[in-house]
Amino acid sequence: MDMQRIRNFCIIAHIDHGKSTLADRLLEFTHTVTGREMQEQLLDNMDLERERGITIKSHAIQMKYTHEGEEYTLNLIDTPGHVDFSYEVSRSIAACEGALLIVDASQGVEAQTISNLYLALGHDLEIIPVLNKIDLPGADPEVVADEVIDLIGCDREDIILASGKEGIGINDILDAVVKKIPAPKGDPSEPLQAMIFDSVYNPFRGVEVLFRIFNGTIQKGDKIKFVNTGKEYDADEIGILGIQQKPQQSLSAGNVGYLISGIKVAKEVKVGDTITHIKRPCEKTVKGFENVKPMVFAGIYPVDTTEFEELRASMEKLQLNDASLVWEPESSVALGFGFRCGFLGMLHMEIIQERLEREFDMTVITTVPSVQFKALMNDNTYQLVNAPSDMPEPNLFKHIEEPFVKASIITAAEYVGAVITLCMEKRGLIKNQVYLTSERVELTFDMPLAEIVFDFFDKLKTISRGYASLDYELIGYRASHMVRLDVMLNGEPVDALSSIVHRDKAYEWGKRLCEKLKELVPRQMFEIAIQAAIGSKIIARETVKAMRKNVLAKCYGGDISRKRKLLEKQKKGKKRMRQVGNVEVPQEAFMAVLKLD
Amino acid sequence: MVAMINKELVLQKGYLGENKVIKTLYFGGGTPSLLSFTHLESISQTIRRNYTTDLEEITLETNPDDLSAAKLAELKKVGIDRLSIGIQSFDGRILKFCNRAHSAKEALEALEKAKGAGFERLSIDLMYGFPHQDHSIWEKDLAIAILQEPDHISSYCLTISPKTALGKWEKQGRFVQADEEFVAVQFEIMQERLGSAGYIQYEISNFAKPGKYASHNSNYWRSVPYLGIGPSAHSFDGKSRQFNVANNNRYIKSIKEDLVPSTLETFEGVDRLNEYLLTSLRTIWGVDLNWIEANFQINLTAEKEAILDKLQSDGLLQNQDQKLTLTNKGKLLADSIASSLFL
Repeated sequence: MDMQRIRNFCIIAHIDHGKSTLADRLLEFTHTVTGREMQEQLLDNMDLERERGITIKSHAIQMKYTHEGEEYTLNLIDTPGHVDFSYEVSRSIAACEGALLIVDASQGVEAQTISNLYLALGHDLEIIPVLNKIDLPGADPEVVADEVIDLIGCDREDIILASGKEGIGINDILDAVVKKIPAPKGDPSEPLQAMIFDSVYNPFRGVEVLFRIFNGTIQKGDKIKFVNTGKEYDADEIGILGIQQKPQQSLSAGNVGYLISGIKVAKEVKVGDTITHIKRPCEKTVKGFENVKPMVFAGIYPVDTTEFEELRASMEKLQLNDASLVWEPESSVALGFGFRCGFLGMLHMEIIQERLEREFDMTVITTVPSVQFKALMNDNTYQLVNAPSDMPEPNLFKHIEEPFVKASIITAAEYVGAVITLCMEKRGLIKNQVYLTSERVELTFDMPLAEIVFDFFDKLKTISRGYASLDYELIGYRASHMVRLDVMLNGEPVDALSSIVHRDKAYEWGKRLCEKLKELVPRQMFEIAIQAAIGSKIIARETVKAMRKNVLAKCYGGDISRKRKLLEKQKKGKKRMRQVGNVEVPQEAFMAVLKLD
Repeated sequence: MVAMINKELVLQKGYLGENKVIKTLYFGGGTPSLLSFTHLESISQTIRRNYTTDLEEITLETNPDDLSAAKLAELKKVGIDRLSIGIQSFDGRILKFCNRAHSAKEALEALEKAKGAGFERLSIDLMYGFPHQDHSIWEKDLAIAILQEPDHISSYCLTISPKTALGKWEKQGRFVQADEEFVAVQFEIMQERLGSAGYIQYEISNFAKPGKYASHNSNYWRSVPYLGIGPSAHSFDGKSRQFNVANNNRYIKSIKEDLVPSTLETFEGVDRLNEYLLTSLRTIWGVDLNWIEANFQINLTAEKEAILDKLQSDGLLQNQDQKLTLTNKGKLLADSIASSLFL
């Protein structure tokens, strides 16, 4: 294939700015699919993705488009649109020469879009700006175009006005892709150098590896190697991605394709890794490879303690197609046996929880999410703290360090005050404030990741009436005065309710937690003291008063049977509660921390 | 109906075993005081003819307004020696709320008449836990009841079942139940007043002067077999419970065909033990740990050590000579406590 007639591009867009619909139109206009075949939002395969309106995992599709009598091969590489998956986005971007920047003509540019745009510019991608949803009554293309011009310094006439829904501007986009995005560079005769930008788990065929070839040619049956993992495989099947996969004998530099080589576990395939030949390896790997590290940790426990093995089996299956999920067995006095899991972020955590429930019918308790802290020990070594129970005794360490992020928030000018207040509450340090237009402001903060992973985004949305957008990147660890806050019920510590919090916030946190638990723990035969403590120091207390009266008035013949059955039924219901000392704790209580105000 | 009851008595002849001696009879459920002398006499005859009897207590449930001098004389003649009188309250408003035909005055007169007719064993039914029944009304009800010196008082807390009129009203928001604290205080007032008047709370809702416990009812709570006759009646043979159909027509139709229209509920092992715990804990006789060990091969003290310790240290339960009984405080939580001991 003539490399000059290949175009590799991706789409950068904020959630809800219409990326999926627009992608569908591109497929339709290039006759890759007919309208009738078209499922809505074709690129989003998983139910979950479709419902959330987020492309969680990126995929790729090849289209043919004829421009001025020449047929071009257009590879569209889809990108996930959530900060949890920013590394994957960066790899998709690295596989392209150009990007469509899609901005909702009524909403304007959002933080996520900007950060991905910067990533694309960093990779020297040609940016094609598109204002989408111009058919909507709320569209304000003039103002939004100004924003885009400010952002990328393009000319007004470069901006394509489009509507995915109405099919407006689609041919303009396709023409621009061909005309503006450069053809890939590379040499088909050099040693093979291809980059993995995604993988898809197929229960029947194993892991399908999606890759972009920078140099060289891969033939069906070649002996190949993944450089970073060092694993070797046979290229059993290679091909290009249409609506269905199309097997090929060979693929060469500039192109995008898939590889099947009998890999059974997603973990073996690392996004960003380099594929080369065993016999004639490339000299350099593709730059930018990282081992993805989990950012958020939480315990996952079966609601029914007897379902631990079932949960393990489900987690194993999940891991087959989700390489970023890590876990190890963990046990809790209150919750029994479960798993300590590492997630890319809170969205990833929610997705795992939902997939466990939907695909495996498992009901689980998720404990307080935590980030990874580091304790600088007295002997100057670092100990990782992924869970409150990992926290060393105070006399054994010098200080705790916590991950900080650079958070970028774009909001309407009228909410700047509220956003700053919120970020300060979350221990944020304001770094920068830039007016993108007279109406829209970009604020930059250094913030502890621990404060962001909780309910920060929800709160941000609430105070800005849904208009603020957030992006963040890790900038390193900083010393913070973190303490472990424990919760006790009638003097018995409840390990699953412990959390690591900043000392200055511990009192407020403990108080709110006790109040919430008071609502959730039902009255029992005894008074229940709910206490929050740091070490041996009690910092908050609430009391659940004892039940006053629970006795049947009449107890003859039939009443006895009825009552016994009722009590036995209640007792069975209580089995779903967890016993902490003499106190019965309902499931919801363990999630209480997630729902504080 | 009476003919059918007589017939069921014959059909059920063997239920308790051939040589079982019947010591107590109880005419109750509905309004048996409506039965004429002839009816009561015929039932009584059927029992004597078909069962071995050595009757020590024959109770009849009655409304105060049914107790005329003539009626009382008839009851006496049939052999009834104990009356359980559904007074419920001496307060006009409460009686009206309960839809009772009698007034407070009629209730007092009925008691006088019964005593006059020579009935020494009298039980009064009282009710509490009405949302508008101030504690002072309840205290007054108890005081009046005590002044009448019945040897037995059954005192029930208002219970709302979903299918009753009150249940429906509650659902519609037309009626709001008294809150738990209010009812708990009334329970405590009841314990205190009746206790100081010399009544023993030998079961959660039953109080009697020493030696005057209702023998018949006590048997329900002590797992003694009993036979119930009539629509909706239930029986217990020591292992299983049997419920007669409630519908009168279906009952009659079935008995006519020589069939007792009942459903059987057998319960063994854990169910039986749980039921024993539920009923025994309510009584003065308590839970006999030795009996459990002998009958179920279960050492409850070992099995439930933590909760038993906690219940005792919180003053809800006591263990004397391997008998578990509830304290006054514990009686308020009898169901929770029983359930915490369930296996």
